[in-house]
Amino acid sequence: MDTEAAINKLTGKFSDEIAGVTLRKGKRAIVTIRPTSLITLSEYLFKSEGFRFIIASAMHTRRGFEIYYHFSLDADGIILSLHVILDKEKPHIESLSNMFSASNWIEREMHELFGIDFLHHPNQEKLLSEGNWAEGVYPYRKEFK
Amino acid sequence: MSRKTLIPIGPYHPLQEEPELFKLYCDGEIVRDIKWETGYNHRGIEKLSESKSYDQVFFLVERICGICSTSHPFAFANAVEEIVGVEITDRTKYIRSVIGELERIHSHLLWLGLACHFLGYNTVFMWAWKYREPILDLFEMITGNRNSYAMFKVGGVRRDIEKSKIPAIRREMGIIRKKLDLLTGAVMDDPVIHARTKGVGILTRQDIIDYAAVGPTARASGVDIDVRRDDPYAAYPLVNWKVITAGAGDVFAKTEVRLLEMYESASIIEQCLDALEKLEEGNIALKINEIPAGIGTGRAEAPRGEVFHFVVSDGSNSPARHKIRAPSYTNIATFKKSCIGQTISDATISLAAVDPCYCCTERMAAAYDSSSGEKILNANELIEISMKRTKELRKSEAGHE
Repeated sequence: MDTEAAINKLTGKFSDEIAGVTLRKGKRAIVTIRPTSLITLSEYLFKSEGFRFIIASAMHTRRGFEIYYHFSLDADGIILSLHVILDKEKPHIESLSNMFSASNWIEREMHELFGIDFLHHPNQEKLLSEGNWAEGVYPYRKEFK
Repeated sequence: MSRKTLIPIGPYHPLQEEPELFKLYCDGEIVRDIKWETGYNHRGIEKLSESKSYDQVFFLVERICGICSTSHPFAFANAVEEIVGVEITDRTKYIRSVIGELERIHSHLLWLGLACHFLGYNTVFMWAWKYREPILDLFEMITGNRNSYAMFKVGGVRRDIEKSKIPAIRREMGIIRKKLDLLTGAVMDDPVIHARTKGVGILTRQDIIDYAAVGPTARASGVDIDVRRDDPYAAYPLVNWKVITAGAGDVFAKTEVRLLEMYESASIIEQCLDALEKLEEGNIALKINEIPAGIGTGRAEAPRGEVFHFVVSDGSNSPARHKIRAPSYTNIATFKKSCIGQTISDATISLAAVDPCYCCTERMAAAYDSSSGEKILNANELIEISMKRTKELRKSEAGHE
């Protein structure tokens, strides 16, 4: 399957959930979705299409908090990133860790470094700085100096 | 209710080269639960990267891992080159692959030695590390450094592999094959190793998919993934090689995969050298004046598995965001599946079987005279000694032709 076919399949099935698609050179695609649709789309990619979860990258930008959930279809070399934009004040999104264990640590890390809440996470403890870092201070936010 | 005993491994423990704490909750000899604490070495590299120029980031990411120090620059170069939209020259591709595969050989040998050391088989530990040494000498000859080679840059590499250096690499590949035969025999036919590693620390195919484990850890459980083939980069689509897999998912299968992968690496290196001999020297880097705004995702197959770099550029001189995922990040988490229910002695080798990434490159030290407090060797003198050694090495390798 080439990248375009994979994206067409996805947009055909979930047209209401998708806000925008960017196809890039080299079998890469970014699909911007509504935060509430994350579970539905991830479940489809992981369970029905055989995508592997690589990692999630959080960013703090002028638009608020953004997360890219990177999925890889190894048989075809495609990287598909689901992109969500979260609330500026109280960023939160549903956790993927009840679907696969691979997102457990990275969600804990994003919670710790960016202050994003992952709802229904099985164990949202700090991953890196347990007991060594002040509560409520998020070092990867832009305002942190 | 049974009482569980807590056995800590770490944060500083002779078994580990880097600080991290495994808390083993045991019922007699059997491990019932494990908790893991990390972050002792958290250096904030992703945040640091946002304050460095693209050229400097290469040196920064090279220091994430001391063993596979080129895999991060490899993935970062792939990501940034995707943003710029350039295709590097063929010569550069072959040079990059030679470096990547030499690194795989020395990293797998290092792991093999350590794994046997954990099992108390110190002869193989000494052999593996002895045969790893000439590979590091090759690195010193090619790049000037044993580790952290500083070879990669956006659009190319910093140093060429001249024709005069090729015979020495070729000769070493011949030697390493024989040594690999010896090591493979010593490990694969040894009844004690069989007893200690077969059926131990099993990860099923489903565990690998659930934890998204990568590299030899995944391939040993029959999950046939390898970024070099699946998402080709550098010279990997230009040479013939095969992906090694095994099915059992235990420690023995992981050892087998790594041992056989080293033969493939030697073959890839030889094919790259053939190509390098035919191509004209020079032309190893494209001139890239600026990095436009955009998003790049770069991957590279490190010895431990897929390294993933996500770079967001806003058109300035440094990345706006740089996310790095090392393979151990997903591989280490599998200990929940591989160690629970095993005895304590099996848990240690199961923890080590994913080849958790340790940093081991502190080569430099300054010695002080305890009575006068004077430095016996200062930093500059050490650098001089080091440069002298590299020169001698290059001379002696050239003399072998």
